Amino acid sequence: MASTMLSLASTTPSASLSTQEILKGKARLGSGRVGTLLNKEKGNPFIKAKSFGRISMTAAVNVSRFEGVAMAPPDPILGVSEAFRADTDVKKLNLGVGAYRTEELQPYVLDVVKKAENLMLERGENKEYLAIEGLAAFNKATAELLFGADNPVIKQQRVATVQGLSGTGSLRLAAAFIERYFPGAQVLISSPTWGNHKNIFNDARVPWSEYRYYDPKTVGLDFEGMISDIKAAPDGSFVLLHGCAHNPTGIDPTPEQWEKICDVIQEKNHIPFFDVAYQGFASGSLDADASSVRLFAARGMELFIAQSYSKNLGLYAERIGAINVVCSSADAAARVKSQLKRIARPMYSNPPVHGARIVANVVGDPALFNEWKAEMEMMAGRIKNVRQKLFDSLSAKDKSGKDWSFILKQIGMFSFTGLNKTQSENMTNKWHVYLTKDGRISLAGLSLAKCEYLADAIIDSYHNKFCNNVHWYYIPVSFDWILDPGLHKSK
Amino acid sequence: MNPELASPSSSSDRRISVLARHLAGVEMDSKNDSISAFPTSGSDNNSVFSHVVRGPEDPILGVTVAYNKDPSPVKLNLGVGAYRTEEGKPLVLNVVRKAELLLVNDRSRVKEYLPITGLAEFNKLSAKLMFGANCPAIQENRVTTVQCLSGTGSLRVGAEFLAKHYLQRTIYIPQPTWGNHPKIFTLAGLSVKTYRYYDPATRGLNFQGLVEDLSSASSGAIVLLHACAHNPTGVDPTFQQWEQIRKLMRSKGLMPFFDSAYQGFASGNLDADAQPVRMFVADGGELLLAQSYAKNMGLYGERIGALSIVCKTADVAARVESQLKLVIRPMYSNPPIHGASIVAAILKNRDLYNEWTIELKAMADRIISMRQKLFEALRARGTPGDWSHIVKQIGMFTFTGLNSKQVSFMTKEYHIYMTSDGRISMAGLSSKTVPHLADAIHAAVKQVV
Repeated sequence: MASTMLSLASTTPSASLSTQEILKGKARLGSGRVGTLLNKEKGNPFIKAKSFGRISMTAAVNVSRFEGVAMAPPDPILGVSEAFRADTDVKKLNLGVGAYRTEELQPYVLDVVKKAENLMLERGENKEYLAIEGLAAFNKATAELLFGADNPVIKQQRVATVQGLSGTGSLRLAAAFIERYFPGAQVLISSPTWGNHKNIFNDARVPWSEYRYYDPKTVGLDFEGMISDIKAAPDGSFVLLHGCAHNPTGIDPTPEQWEKICDVIQEKNHIPFFDVAYQGFASGSLDADASSVRLFAARGMELFIAQSYSKNLGLYAERIGAINVVCSSADAAARVKSQLKRIARPMYSNPPVHGARIVANVVGDPALFNEWKAEMEMMAGRIKNVRQKLFDSLSAKDKSGKDWSFILKQIGMFSFTGLNKTQSENMTNKWHVYLTKDGRISLAGLSLAKCEYLADAIIDSYHNKFCNNVHWYYIPVSFDWILDPGLHKSK
Repeated sequence: MNPELASPSSSSDRRISVLARHLAGVEMDSKNDSISAFPTSGSDNNSVFSHVVRGPEDPILGVTVAYNKDPSPVKLNLGVGAYRTEEGKPLVLNVVRKAELLLVNDRSRVKEYLPITGLAEFNKLSAKLMFGANCPAIQENRVTTVQCLSGTGSLRVGAEFLAKHYLQRTIYIPQPTWGNHPKIFTLAGLSVKTYRYYDPATRGLNFQGLVEDLSSASSGAIVLLHACAHNPTGVDPTFQQWEQIRKLMRSKGLMPFFDSAYQGFASGNLDADAQPVRMFVADGGELLLAQSYAKNMGLYGERIGALSIVCKTADVAARVESQLKLVIRPMYSNPPIHGASIVAAILKNRDLYNEWTIELKAMADRIISMRQKLFEALRARGTPGDWSHIVKQIGMFTFTGLNSKQVSFMTKEYHIYMTSDGRISMAGLSSKTVPHLADAIHAAVKQVV
């Protein structure tokens, strides 16, 4: 009970919502209601909204029916982007971006994607509705990519795969499925995690609580805390795990740690729920990046996996991903798939065809597939190089003896620098380096040429500005993570 | 409702909570809900999904699934409303191909995330298309438009917004309406009521029933209106009737929520088909509008549409838009770019736009001619009954008036695939296939009651 209330409290700071109200569906855990709540003049929205409504109904037509709608808080990430755009300093650097940039800091459309699109246009394919579950060729390709074509779960047809709207959409389908078929079950999410995870579960009305993950002292994984919290949760909880390249920390468990995590999840009859947004993009190897998922599948467990092709195929705006549910039998997989469809139909009927065809074409053609692997290695390689250069610059310039090796140990697009809010503000105000207030930088937005400058900024901020010796690694305000990308997005 | 059910820690608690949800009347297709043993109870070690039953195929999209399975060479798919050429083939508009070529050859194009609200250019152009380029509401910045996933997505986002922020959570939908409407609204958190619409006796509009039901609706309730080419009946109010509906709704403070899936497809003229919506905007009032480009631009699989909310003031519109983002972000973050780029490219280019209107009219005209041919074919066979509704109804669909037994008969004996409510998609007919359909209808009417 307490942990559920905690999860609600952290998203609705100024109102206490009884769980009774939530079960009745009256409370909207989504941020929309919080937006209203934050408008203090309105008071308790459940009372005020109604009485205001009665007043407005008898008043003349001049009053808007939506007068009571509060302005949602401005997006913190967008604010970063806007401030970056407004900044005229030539040295400015945007490390809030969650999209890959070249060394020239330009967006990148993969060559294989351009080739696939040209092929598609030449073929003159039609634009008929896809099935509710999406493009069959895509669904087959995506499951095989995740598990390996020879994996027993594939051969035994035990995976229910439904095309979804990139990672977010796939997570949302799964969340809605959990709400419907596992009522009351909660999802354990890492502290910290990608900010939109909470919004997704809130809007789907799935309770969540957190397990310890990031250890600010080591700038690494709080493994004991993680295991302990997973053990403490009620049996049969869902455990949200990042398949690789944890967002926002960049800190992944080691293979040995993954085995232990799997053990404790099995002991507790928990259901693993992987968010895989970086397969191939983290290490450069599609298989290596899928090893955590494959480990769990090999144990014979049932699990959920949300996939995204935003980063690894650079298909951000095409919204292409999938939800996969590994079941203990082909029959269960068929039933689960049919119910996922019933969730998708009243949400958007059927998914968009364009991104699905691109993926199917790239994965389905051996030449294109190999080219893709090479481009992915190139992207992952660039990020690794940048990590190395940043580490080298920091080590060379910083005389304090601080260990900066976490930059090399972390993996993926992001790095948790360990800088707190005040220090992050110094980065921006003094050095014109834009990052999120939790100290997360996007290496995808860093070029080799800028590493030295960034090192100077980090060293200065770290040593000269701190706040009560306390490291803030997570800001418990719900909207820090809401994104309105424009040009920039984190994840 | 027992608050202790909030975070049940045992499997029996969870079983009870599933039961409690049923008793609390949580809207679900209860026949598809199992209340058998909770999976981790230990009684079934095989799967945590043992309680998940197989869902039925979607009644509309399932028609195509069944059609695909049929090996008969004379089979006819009149289920889902997707346009077919005279040769029975899907159609990608020439103007769409041109737009795609432009896009693929534009080397400056990238695939960066769109904003949560979608492609700004697309949003502005969509609003202008429906409301008119000189619409005061647009000029006064009182309209917020957000790109969504075709009609369904626009309806769902609008409904979720209303459920969160609007004073009334009841929506009135016409009887009958598109099969997916009730599910969209229910899952969004609205409670669904109906108003009379179709009159089986006349196979036309039950205007009196409509007026009575809207008059007795709770003040401030939301009302779903089909902007034109009502689905499934093809029966639209006249302009005079629309004007009466408008006055009635405004007097009761009912909130209009338009579903516009066929602009330009109904009459062949984009402005004519937009008239009912424009009437409601012209009186200065507020409304919601879901737009789809699935049919009129043939962009079905691209999932491109828009939700517009016309508000009293620019300030309200800005606040409403900010809240729409909070609905969208946890659903799919931001919308897909491809379809939006195609629509924007066509709408903003004078030549492409004109070409589009011509292709659109050709599609609408072909459908009108199919109506005529089917009507004549039934007359020629002397099929009992008055079939004039086939030519009076408008848009892609005809509500034949056939009952579900007759429909089953037609499927079984003649391999005609259609929804069980007797709705046929005229877009799926051709001159060659009209005789077969006419034979099927004739046989069904004579042999099955």
